[in-house]
Amino acid sequence: MGFLEYAPAPESRSILQLRDRYGLFIDGQFVDGSGDPFTTISPADEQPIAEIARADSADVDKAVAAARRAYDQVWSRMRGSDRGKYLFRIARLVQERARELAVAESLDNGKPIKESRDVDVPLVAAWFFYYAGWADKLDHAGLGADPKALGVAGQIIPWNFPLLMLAWKIAPALAAGNTVVLKPAETTPLTALLFAEIVQQADLPPGVVNIVTGAGDTGAAIVDHPDVDKIAFTGSTDVGRAIARSTAGTGKKITLELGGKAANIVFDDAPIDQAIEGIVNGIFFNQGHVCCAGSRLLVQENIHDEVIDRLKSRLSTLRLGDPLDKNTDIGAINSSEQLERIRQISAIGEEEGAERWTAPCELPSQGFWFAPTIFTNVSTSNRIARDEIFGPVLSVLTFRTPDEAIKKANNTPYGLSAGVWSEKGSRILAVADQLRAGVVWANTFNRFDPASPFGGYKESGFGREGGRHGLGAYLAPASAPVRNRVLAPTDAGDDAGRPSLETQPAAGATGASESGASSGGSKPKSSRSKKGEAK
Amino acid sequence: MTLEHPVALAPADRAVQLLGGDLTEKSLRLHLEGLSGVDAVGLEQRAASLGTRSIKTTSKAWAIDTIIRLVDLTTLEGADTPGKVRSLVAKALQPDASDPGCPRPAAVCVYGDMVPIAVDALGANQGLDTGGINVAAVATAFPSGRASLAVKLADTRDAVAAGADEIDMVIDRGAFLSGRYGRVFDEIVAVKEACRRDDGSYAHLKVILETGELNTYDNVRRASWLSILAGGDFIKTSTGKVSPAATLPVTLLMLEVVRDWHRLTGEQIGVKPAGGIRTSKDAIKYLVTVAETVGEQWLTPHLFRFGASSLLNDVLLQRQRLRSGHYSGPDYVTVD
Repeated sequence: MGFLEYAPAPESRSILQLRDRYGLFIDGQFVDGSGDPFTTISPADEQPIAEIARADSADVDKAVAAARRAYDQVWSRMRGSDRGKYLFRIARLVQERARELAVAESLDNGKPIKESRDVDVPLVAAWFFYYAGWADKLDHAGLGADPKALGVAGQIIPWNFPLLMLAWKIAPALAAGNTVVLKPAETTPLTALLFAEIVQQADLPPGVVNIVTGAGDTGAAIVDHPDVDKIAFTGSTDVGRAIARSTAGTGKKITLELGGKAANIVFDDAPIDQAIEGIVNGIFFNQGHVCCAGSRLLVQENIHDEVIDRLKSRLSTLRLGDPLDKNTDIGAINSSEQLERIRQISAIGEEEGAERWTAPCELPSQGFWFAPTIFTNVSTSNRIARDEIFGPVLSVLTFRTPDEAIKKANNTPYGLSAGVWSEKGSRILAVADQLRAGVVWANTFNRFDPASPFGGYKESGFGREGGRHGLGAYLAPASAPVRNRVLAPTDAGDDAGRPSLETQPAAGATGASESGASSGGSKPKSSRSKKGEAK
Repeated sequence: MTLEHPVALAPADRAVQLLGGDLTEKSLRLHLEGLSGVDAVGLEQRAASLGTRSIKTTSKAWAIDTIIRLVDLTTLEGADTPGKVRSLVAKALQPDASDPGCPRPAAVCVYGDMVPIAVDALGANQGLDTGGINVAAVATAFPSGRASLAVKLADTRDAVAAGADEIDMVIDRGAFLSGRYGRVFDEIVAVKEACRRDDGSYAHLKVILETGELNTYDNVRRASWLSILAGGDFIKTSTGKVSPAATLPVTLLMLEVVRDWHRLTGEQIGVKPAGGIRTSKDAIKYLVTVAETVGEQWLTPHLFRFGASSLLNDVLLQRQRLRSGHYSGPDYVTVD
């Protein structure tokens, strides 16, 4: 056996103490769901992990009602500095339970443990730390003095970075003073439910964070719920369109972070070895399940052959296999549906005449796997150059001049991210300036930081997450009119015990005591009445 | 230097092969300055990610034994004495007193005047190719390299004549940093020629770049190419007398040059990180970096070495732990 076949180094699963079944997390407690429960499996071996409750619209009603109650009675009245304390506490608990969260994420999602351990979970903590600092500085968020929270935020997240997307959504929402109802993806609910335990551990007031699990129906119930003030969605462009349609005219604010087909532009004066690493990291990081993945490699024609040659030898050293092995570079595809989609589009790529090359690696017999693949001789009209594949498949195109590179890079309905590789600083700035993409990386790729806003142009969505801009997406200026919520009759019925928001703006005074935080004074009265007086 | 009066360089084979017969300072400079740049952030990120490999059980046991075989056990102190050198040789011959089956280091590395002592102490055990241990000598006014060419060549010839199998030379960093690449080149060619023995064979030449003084990764890449073109058998990071000495990113970069040279010519050049590698854990990161950059066929003493003094004992402690299942302590390995 050669040295390079490193002996197995599996991360231990014993740190995880999972329950056999998980309920919905509503009003600070796990409760049964009304729909038929479903099973979440490990995509690496198709073994079941746990049974997960399915929320129907009645469950979503309860979750939204709990969030509304918590918003009216506690969270919107709490001083920002006190909200910040809760967020700091959550951030520290994430760090304390980092190993456990990383193992759970790799188990449920299929991503390599080195990514969940070194990228996902540290970024989750960083996001909560960052927005914890913002909670008492909202006056500086760029919306003028005393901006107000929006109310109840409905948040729907994808399966590619389950816990990280949760952090991107929940941290700014809570810092700005909103309460949330979040739905994790159907195939990756596990870490959101562990996060619910962290919320309990942090003693967050009940109802501030609610987590409902389920499939598209559950998501639709959140989006269509009349008492939700804001929808934040990350996922496919098709679903994003549907959300935009169904929320039109309701006054709900929305942020959509959708698909991408990023160009990674390599000029002939690029630092070649680092560019190769960047190409690999750009498309094979997280099995290519990255909306901002550098899935279109645009390489200057005079170095095309050398780049492809080097890329192939580098790809031959990637290690595909057990996501929990610390030496695994490429994990499992998240679901059989996704695997099928990747296979289909790759087959179309071959039919359309592109040349396919697949890294030599043995695929495990169980589970969902796809070996790193590159397509050369791709033309801009090929489907593999236009559609988001969301898998470990790279399409290689060439260009001759910077102008052509920019034109080809922008020639896509998407505009989420792009990369530029050159040793010449002036060229990087000139090209980046003309790329129509929300994020442009220079001499690196797939780097994230909570202080940096992230979001798309065109069909990649709108709104920004991260940084001050991400905070602004959960705030309205003090002078903004308050949205007119029309409560459906069923909703009112379900919440008979709840004070009607429309008619009793001052209700909930009794509940305020449970906040425990010394909030009573500073802003609660005003924000309460702003919310309650109905527009 | 102008086009009208090109300064011809010593016609080293490799350089002539790559740059053509009319080898001049100009053509060398054009080549070195035309090399692709190095992005420091990306290089360090790649090195760090290689450093996270988890080497366990059977792989670790193989790695530990391999590290020992790749060590140049070194003493380079002003206070070196014949006694110290004999003790070093004894340690190299029997690294672990509790295990006669323990592999031996590749070489002992000493100052030039200590070569006769080392040769004498090794006796019949000298010679890596015959299953023994090589004697490596630092030369060319090590570590600063600040002496005339005549002195450097005499230093080299002296060590080779005394029986050194390998010469670790330093490049003239002053000349390199002031852009006089031709001077550095010619000097390496001359030292290589001084490594020639009476029987026509050559002592192996390791070229020390002293990367801590070159400062930028771009410089390290250029100096690596220059040293290979001039005929070096090995490129070596550091003297150990300047901080920082060997680092993982610098070693990765030099391995990338060696890999590119191999792609270009099929020829294999050795790499030797030296100084600052003290623990098995660190040394394993280097093995991983070699295996994943140039391939595991480079993990032989002819192509990769560690220049180290305290590394060996840490590796021996790890080796004892793997064999016995429990940790021992510094009193269970010998000081040399």
